[in-house]
Amino acid sequence: MDIPKDHLVDMYETMVKIRRFEERIRELYFADKLPAFDIAAGLIPGEMHLAAGQEPVAVGMRPHLKAGDAITATHRPHHVAIAQGVDLNKMAAEIFGRETGLGRGKGGHMHLFSVEPNFGCSGIIGEGMPVAVGAAMAFRHKGTDNVALSYFGEGAANQGAFHESLNLASLWKLPVVFICEDNAYAISVPKAASTAIPDNSDRASAYGIPGVLVGENDPVAVYEVMGEAIARARRGDGPSLVEIKTDRLWGHFEGDADAYRSEEFKTEMNERDPIIVYGNRLLAEGVLNEADMASIQQAMHDDVEAAIEFAMASPYPAPESALEDVFAGRSVQL
Amino acid sequence: MTTTTERKLTTQKAIAEGIATEMAEDDSVFVMGEDVGTYGGIFGATEGLLDKFGPERIMDTPISETGFIGAAVGAAINGMRPIVELMFVDFFGVCMDQIYNNMAKIHYFSGGNVKVPMVLTTAVGGGYSDAGQHSQTLWGMFAHLPGMKVVVPSNPYDAKGLMIAAIRDDNPVVYMFHKGVLGLGWMTNNPRATGAVPEGPYEVPIGKAAVAREGTDLTIVTIGLSVHKALDAAEDLEKTGISAEVLDLRSLVPLDREAIVASVEKTHRLLVVDEDYQSFGMSGEVITTAVQGAFDYLDAPPMRLATPDIPIPYSHPLETWALPSVERITEAASTLLVAG
Ligand SMILES: Cc1ncc(C[n+]2csc(CCOP(=O)(O)OP(=O)(O)O)c2C)c(N)n1
Ligand SMILES: [Mg+2]
Repeated sequence: MDIPKDHLVDMYETMVKIRRFEERIRELYFADKLPAFDIAAGLIPGEMHLAAGQEPVAVGMRPHLKAGDAITATHRPHHVAIAQGVDLNKMAAEIFGRETGLGRGKGGHMHLFSVEPNFGCSGIIGEGMPVAVGAAMAFRHKGTDNVALSYFGEGAANQGAFHESLNLASLWKLPVVFICEDNAYAISVPKAASTAIPDNSDRASAYGIPGVLVGENDPVAVYEVMGEAIARARRGDGPSLVEIKTDRLWGHFEGDADAYRSEEFKTEMNERDPIIVYGNRLLAEGVLNEADMASIQQAMHDDVEAAIEFAMASPYPAPESALEDVFAGRSVQL
Repeated sequence: MTTTTERKLTTQKAIAEGIATEMAEDDSVFVMGEDVGTYGGIFGATEGLLDKFGPERIMDTPISETGFIGAAVGAAINGMRPIVELMFVDFFGVCMDQIYNNMAKIHYFSGGNVKVPMVLTTAVGGGYSDAGQHSQTLWGMFAHLPGMKVVVPSNPYDAKGLMIAAIRDDNPVVYMFHKGVLGLGWMTNNPRATGAVPEGPYEVPIGKAAVAREGTDLTIVTIGLSVHKALDAAEDLEKTGISAEVLDLRSLVPLDREAIVASVEKTHRLLVVDEDYQSFGMSGEVITTAVQGAFDYLDAPPMRLATPDIPIPYSHPLETWALPSVERITEAASTLLVAG
């Protein structure tokens, strides 16, 4: 690998951090909802879409980003938010509905917004894609060489917003990279039952832009392809579409019985857990040794624990603050 | 005909049974939507239907709402009776053009010559911290736009009967089911989410409200999950000697204005409870109806308790504060009784 060692390590650390975060959210999500699962109950009520298994998709772009680059993500946003460096404490606090959260408890896990670093997400499929196009317009207008990355699931590629956004970005030659996280399912619907062609990357040709398929759930492969696509956008050569085959290790949302995926499929998927595969590779190639890995593990777990503690120690917002923030100036809506 | 069966179903199962009943009778009826097949609908509205009717009639779709809802319109005007599911009403934003400019207007544009007999089913409502894109009711907005009927069942019996009436109706019907009345195992539920449902076909007429509880001191007009909150509040109020009548509108379009007026003429006081946003919606419409139709009977200005004009917040204390609650209804009713 002719990739700088610090990049390789950074991607591994971030993957470990993401996984730990998702594991802890999952534990705490269920902690007080069982035995009778009630979605409205507990420390973290509501829907919860976790991204365990999809870490490579998020971390592969990290070493290529610079300050000011924008990212829009989906209803399954944590991995991308962490990779973008969104404040983990505030993000956890938002998920726990606290006053100290990114959105003072108003948004929740599908609506995480951060100004610096620049990050946003949405619970509506395809919604972030035109927003990334707009971010790229702003960068061009301001004369910066920043780029916008738009994450979306393979299910979103059948939404009008996908096609309109690709066309706009190509037409105006904007610095956007569209990143399709292909985990083969949109809730229960397998890609083959929803998508007329096997690979969404082929759809790029309809808009006259490069379409690249990353066939494995591997951060190094993602790193290489994203390096190209981001550099191209930064140079002013226009958008690209990158499709990455990845795995959603858990249910669509927590509490999903996941009966629509066969046991065989799930077993195979777990056997190729990207963190284990990548970790073994780093060991085999001598990038890290066992002791390094243990200390990375410890450090990442500590970061996550600190964020969860911060969140749980934070106060809930005052009920009447629900009326604030509808309009600028923190005015109250009556 | 009186049915003596005491068979009980949840609202969710009653909806699926209503669809199955009509599909067995009429092979022009079919279902399209995301996760309606193998999954049985995220809220179970199509549970068991794939096994009964097969993938030609119970069709999982891509996430392409403009495409498949528009396709339902096309199928409807060409001899089919599609039922199409928009998973959460909040997602209407990606496909509203097909709904309100096409589905709702073709009959009118054609001078009544082209019929659009379809049902658009959708889940509505909050109260479980699903935040601002998965918790809205938005029925006022659909009701505001001319050309579609809008029904909102609150219990299993009405759910099945309204579904059958909606499928048989020659007009587009928006069928909104509140997640909190479905009787799903994974949601906090009200005991009335399970109730007696006759086997076989029957209709609940679209456009007819139901008196969910008789009373004499005030009328609470409401719809959806708030019917149950109002009924719970009425029980509390009774303990303090206040007799509240609860009117379940069941349909917003057409609106049963006569039932509103009749109840206000009887009780002389009106409280409207609406989980939808307060301004420009159902509460204003119901109050206007009462003021115009029963002005001389009103002993106090009508009141309303609705969700304030803010996006539905995620955090539990914020959401609980924003949505109508049993306590708030009881409080408002008590205030109304001493007003005027
Ligand atoms: C416009 C819209 N339609 C439907 C949904 C419901 N929904 C939420 S997630 C999802 C599946 C998304 O699949 P994909 O884009 O592949 O992302 P994944 O969940 O696999 O990460 C659906 C249909 C939605 N949120 N927004
Ligand atoms: Mg997917």
